[in-house]
Amino acid sequence: MADLLRAAVAIAAKDLRVELRSRTALVSALGFAAMVLVIFNFARDSATVSREAMAPSVLWITFTFSAVIALNRSFALERENAALDALLLAPVSRTAIFLGKYLANLAFVFTIEAVALPLFVLFFGVSIRGVVSGILLTSVLATAGFVAVGTVFAAIAVRTRFAELMLPVLVLPFLLPPVIAAVQITSRLLAGRPMSEILGWLKILALYDLVFVTFCILLFPALMDE
Amino acid sequence: MTASTEGAERVIRRGLGLMLAGFAALAAVYLVALRFTPTERFQGLPQKIFYVHVPAAWCALLAFSLVGVGSILYLWLRDPRLDLFAESAAETGIVFSLVMLTTGPLWGKPIWGTYWTWDARLTFTLLLFFLFLGYRALRSAMHDPAERARYSAVVGILGMVLVPFVHLTVYLFPTLHPQPVVLKPSTPSLPGVMLRTLFLSLGSFTILLLGFLVTRYGLGREAEARGGSDGR
Repeated sequence: MADLLRAAVAIAAKDLRVELRSRTALVSALGFAAMVLVIFNFARDSATVSREAMAPSVLWITFTFSAVIALNRSFALERENAALDALLLAPVSRTAIFLGKYLANLAFVFTIEAVALPLFVLFFGVSIRGVVSGILLTSVLATAGFVAVGTVFAAIAVRTRFAELMLPVLVLPFLLPPVIAAVQITSRLLAGRPMSEILGWLKILALYDLVFVTFCILLFPALMDE
Repeated sequence: MTASTEGAERVIRRGLGLMLAGFAALAAVYLVALRFTPTERFQGLPQKIFYVHVPAAWCALLAFSLVGVGSILYLWLRDPRLDLFAESAAETGIVFSLVMLTTGPLWGKPIWGTYWTWDARLTFTLLLFFLFLGYRALRSAMHDPAERARYSAVVGILGMVLVPFVHLTVYLFPTLHPQPVVLKPSTPSLPGVMLRTLFLSLGSFTILLLGFLVTRYGLGREAEARGGSDGR
């Protein structure tokens, strides 16, 4: 178990180091997130739809779509020079490879969210004072689940033609439950609704995480057989 | 002609036989539904679509479960025939989803007054269709048969796991639309003579599903036997 985690952390550290040296994907994903926020602001009739009414949906569309384009990077960088083969030759289990990739993707997506959230507050003029911890918890719970599925699908998509197109086609249906739950929670938090109205949705998010992280851990090794 | 193409052709013949039986039964369903089943008092003739729509939805869900079961068994036993079975079930499922998604709005317009509404069941079935499409798109974007089989099995299983979650979240989603008057009769409230027609139709559709599935499976076997790794 300790070996597994050590290997996973080593793989995640490698991925993050590669990213930090170029920063291409991170900068592009952040730019993408910022531009989505700007477009959303203008993609509404300001006379009839208030910023506040659209805010929760905008936040979650920005988070998830930026995450999906960022997930492509995860295995695309292993494609060059057949780096994945080297990773598979290393004396670590397939599960460690999944966990490492998953951790790196989580770090990556959380970074995007950490930058996009203040931008969202700035652009959409919503006050998140007092509900910051609630929004952070929701973000962690929602992100943990769909990034696990996204990691598996990124490994699949990279082996297909049109990888950049295939990943969203596969992963978008899986975003539906976490996005619905996260938007419901966020809009209630922003409206100052009581905790009892939120708890059920939080439980759904937690269940989604539990089920999909487990299934992804179990299924990922099947992708890496040679 | 090799032994395996002969075997594949036998499978195709069996599938075509089932399809023929299914279509004949379907013709009987139309006759019974239009001629020998009373017209529903409030909905009138549009209610007849019920006898096509519900069985199609049942077949789509059944096909979807078969993709999941085929995928699990493939990852366990690694028999390429199971992969072909899952692929055939997915394509059959696309056909029945399309029937479901076209007959639904046709009924909805006169009864609900709108072709589409974001009702839980509608959203759920639409998503099912998208999952089938994603699965099919993935298969067409991969060359190596063994790799394609493993990858699509993983997608098939995850799709099956997703279904209950979508079901749960869309049911809890508070719809902003005014709830239409749902006149769709639930089974217990359905008069016996209508229930009989429904069961007849369910049976015919299931035979039709088996016919499509077996034929598609046989065609896949034949393509494999003829060589061409990408023959499917």
